[in-house]
Amino acid sequence: MPSHYPVDASRTDLAREFKANPFGPHRPELQRVVTRLRWCEVPGRHVLVTRVPHREWVLGRLSGRRGVDVELLEDQVFTSRAEAEWAVFKLRWQAVTGKTLDID
Amino acid sequence: MDKKIVGYADEISVAPGERIRFMVSCEPEISRYRAEFVRLLSGDTQPDGPGYRDEPLPGAAIGEHAGRRQAVHAGAFGIVPHHRVFEGLESLSLQVTVYPTLPEARRACVLSKTDPAAGAGFALWCDPREGMVLALGDGDGGMRELATGRPLIAKEWYLVQATCDAESGEVRISQRLLESYARDTSTGSARTRLEGEVALSCDAPLLVAAHSRERSRRGRPIPELVFNGRVERPVVASRRLDEAELETLRYGPLPAALRPALCVALDFSREIDSDDIVDISPNRVHGELVNLPIRAVRGSSWTGEEMNFRHAPEHYAAVHFLEDALYDCEWESDFELVVPEGTRSGFYAAKLTSGDQEDHIPFFVRPPRGRASAPLVLIAPTASYMAYANWRSSMENEHGELDYNHLAEIFPEDRYLNLRPELGNSMYDHHADGTGVCYSSRLRPILNFRPKHGSLWQLSADMHLVDWLESNDIAYDVLTDEDMHADGVECLRRYRCVMTCTHPEYYSTPMWNALYAYTQGGGRLMYLGGNGFYWRVAFRDDKPGAMEMRRAEDGSRSWIAEPGEYYMAFTGELGGMWWRCGGAPQYLVGNGFVAQGFDFSSYYRRNSDSFDPRAAFVFEGVGPEELIGNFGLIGGGAAGIELDAFNRHYGTPPHALNLASSEKHTDSYLHVNEDVGHMYLPIGGLDDPAVRADMVFFETPNGGAVFSTGSIGWCSALFHRRYDNNVSRITRNVLDRFLDAAPFDDGGG
Repeated sequence: MPSHYPVDASRTDLAREFKANPFGPHRPELQRVVTRLRWCEVPGRHVLVTRVPHREWVLGRLSGRRGVDVELLEDQVFTSRAEAEWAVFKLRWQAVTGKTLDID
Repeated sequence: MDKKIVGYADEISVAPGERIRFMVSCEPEISRYRAEFVRLLSGDTQPDGPGYRDEPLPGAAIGEHAGRRQAVHAGAFGIVPHHRVFEGLESLSLQVTVYPTLPEARRACVLSKTDPAAGAGFALWCDPREGMVLALGDGDGGMRELATGRPLIAKEWYLVQATCDAESGEVRISQRLLESYARDTSTGSARTRLEGEVALSCDAPLLVAAHSRERSRRGRPIPELVFNGRVERPVVASRRLDEAELETLRYGPLPAALRPALCVALDFSREIDSDDIVDISPNRVHGELVNLPIRAVRGSSWTGEEMNFRHAPEHYAAVHFLEDALYDCEWESDFELVVPEGTRSGFYAAKLTSGDQEDHIPFFVRPPRGRASAPLVLIAPTASYMAYANWRSSMENEHGELDYNHLAEIFPEDRYLNLRPELGNSMYDHHADGTGVCYSSRLRPILNFRPKHGSLWQLSADMHLVDWLESNDIAYDVLTDEDMHADGVECLRRYRCVMTCTHPEYYSTPMWNALYAYTQGGGRLMYLGGNGFYWRVAFRDDKPGAMEMRRAEDGSRSWIAEPGEYYMAFTGELGGMWWRCGGAPQYLVGNGFVAQGFDFSSYYRRNSDSFDPRAAFVFEGVGPEELIGNFGLIGGGAAGIELDAFNRHYGTPPHALNLASSEKHTDSYLHVNEDVGHMYLPIGGLDDPAVRADMVFFETPNGGAVFSTGSIGWCSALFHRRYDNNVSRITRNVLDRFLDAAPFDDGGG
C-alpha cells in the first residue's frame, strides 16, 4: 500500500530542488515528497536495469512476479543515474498528482 | 547481458590434496566453455575501484567442457516408498489435517500414490474452486474425482477425510474447519456411489504434498503441483473406517483394533531434527522429506502453552511444505579439482568463460589440515554468504527503494534469478506462499556469491579486504565459517590474529564458542565489519551445505517468525538474535548492531579514549583532529551501511575503550527496532545520537585483544589513494601489533 502523503503539484520548486541533487540528502520537505514517489507497489515499479556495468542503464518496470521478466523501456536508456532519477521522478510526479512537470 | 552459464561446487572449503567438484548448467547456445581455476585478488569493478584481478592457481589444469543444461527440481515434499501393504487395495480410507497457505493459487496435491499413465492409485487435492478432491484411479489412464465443492480458507486448519468402500461402492470426502467461526461455509462433504471400477493400487511411492509423473536422473519422483502449507498426520488405511474410527487416529498412539487396517500413519512429531518421517503403523513404512520443508512448526493442536517443540513434540506434529524450497540441485559433476599440494590458502574460484559469457564459482582453500601457513587468518563468512544466497530483494522488496533512497538497480544476476524461481531463496526472502525462508543451502547456483557482483555486499564487498591484504603483501590463511563450526577453537589457536570480513552476521553456537574461546585464550581478533554476530544459525552434520535460522522475537528482520516457532529444528536451540540468546555481539567484540542506512556513509572522529596510552598503537600516524575514513567506495565513507555501537548494558567489557565514533549520518540511517521500546519519531541519523559506529578496543585475558570497527563500510575505504589513507593506516597499525607476540596487559600482573 503506498504512502498517503499528498504531493502538492504546485510545489515545482521542490521538483527543481530534486533535479539539482537527485541523490540527496534532501531537506525534510522534499524528502517527504521523494518518499511518497518512491513508495509504490512492486508490480509496475520503475527500476534501472544494468546494460553496461557502471555506464549504461535502461529503464524497466518490475512485473512483481517470479518467472516474469522485467519490462524494458528501450526508448529510455541512460548513461547517468542522475538523469534516470529525474526521468522517473517526473513520471511518478505525473502519476501521483495528475499534472505534468514542465521542467526539462 | 543475460547470464548463460551458472554453477556451484559441492564443497566450500578445501585443503591441499582434497577434491572439489563443480556442477554447471548452460543455456543451449553455449556449446562449450573454458574452466580455469584462479586465486581471487580483487573484485570491485566500479570506475573508482581497484578493479577485478585474479591469478592462475598453479598446477591446476585448464579445461574445455561441453555445455549442457541441467534441471532444477524445487519443491519440498515427502516420500514414503512403495510397500506391499499398498498392494491389492480395494477399499481405502485417507485422513490428514491440512493448513493451506496458498489455496487460491492453483490445484495442489496433499497426498498422492498414483500411476497417472495407468490411471491407478489415489490422491487428495486441494483445489481453488472445488475444495478438497479425492481422486481414484479408473484403471484406464484416468482418475475419478469427488470434491467437497467448498474452497478452503488460507491459513486455517482443516480435518480432511476420504473413504472408498469396495463392497458398497460408496465414496465420501469431507473437510472440516477446526476453528469455530460464525458463518463459516468452508466445511463440507460429498458422497457418491461408484460407477465402474477403481484401481487403487500402483507401485509408485506415496508422496506427501506433491504429485509426480516423472523421475529424476537419480530415480526420485520429480515433484509437481506441490502443496503450499502444513500437513499433519497423514493416514492411509485399507478399508473404509467410519468417522469415529478415524477420529481416534488423529492424535496419540494408534488404537490396537485399527492397526491391522492401517497401511501407513505418518507422525511428523517424531525425528523433527532430521529428514525422516516416521510411520507409526505396524508396517513401519518410514519415509523421508526432500528439499527441506520446514519442521518444528505449530500443528493443529498447538495451544501456546509450550514454545519449544522438544518439550511438546505433539504440538509440532506438522510439516510446512513449499513449492519453491530447494536443498540440493543434485546436478551431475562437470569437472573437479584436487587442490594441488602447496596451494596457498585464499579465496579462489572456478572461472568459466565462453565468448563474452563468464561465471565464477567461488571456493576457499584452507591451509593443510592441522597447520597454519601464516600468522593471520581471515575468516570467510560463509554462513552469512549462505544467508544472503540468491537474495531476491531488489525485484521483490516492497520498501527496497525507500531503504536506498534511489532507484533500484537490477543486475543481470537479479533478472536471471527472477526468471528462475526454482533456484530457491535467501533467508531474507519469502516463499511463494509468503512464509519467511528459514533454510538456505549452498548446493545450488548462488548468483550473488560472485566476486564482481555489482552490488557490493558480502563476498563482493569482502574483496576490498582481500585486495588490501594482497596489495600490501600481507601473508594470510583463510578459514571459513564452516571450518570454524566443525573444528572449533583448535583451528583458530594456530594464529596470532583472526580477522573478519565486512559483515559476519550469522553465527552458529560452535562458531561463537570458538571465537570467544580464542579471544579468551589470548588470541587477537580484528572485527572489520558491521552488524556481526547478530543471528544465531544451525547446521546439521547429516545435511552438508544447509543452514537454518529463525527470525525470532526481535531484531531488524525481513520477516518475523511465527509465534511458537523460535526454536530451530536442526538443533533444538532457540533461534534469533544472539543478544536474545545470551551472547550479545557487544560481549564478544565490544560493539553491536545499532543502525542501518543505505545512502551515504560517513566518517569517524576520535574520542578521548583514543588518547589512552593503551590505544596509542592504533593511532600512530593519525592526527588528533583527523577525520577517519571520510572517503570510501561504499557510500563515500568508512562508517556506513550497518553500524555497531559500544553498549555496556548489552555486554561491552567494562574496560573497553571507545576509540572513535562516526557522526552526521543521514536520516536514511535508522536506529534498530530492538533498541526502541516505545516508538518515537526521531530515530534517524540527523537526530538520534544512537545512530553511529563506535570503534572499540579492549584487552582479553591471557594477553589477547579485540579491535572492532563496527561498520560494513570500513573495508571499502582501504583502497583510497592506493591504500595511503588513515583507514588503511589504522588497520595496518592494529594488525602489526596484533601479530606481535608481546602479550597485551590484561591486568593480571
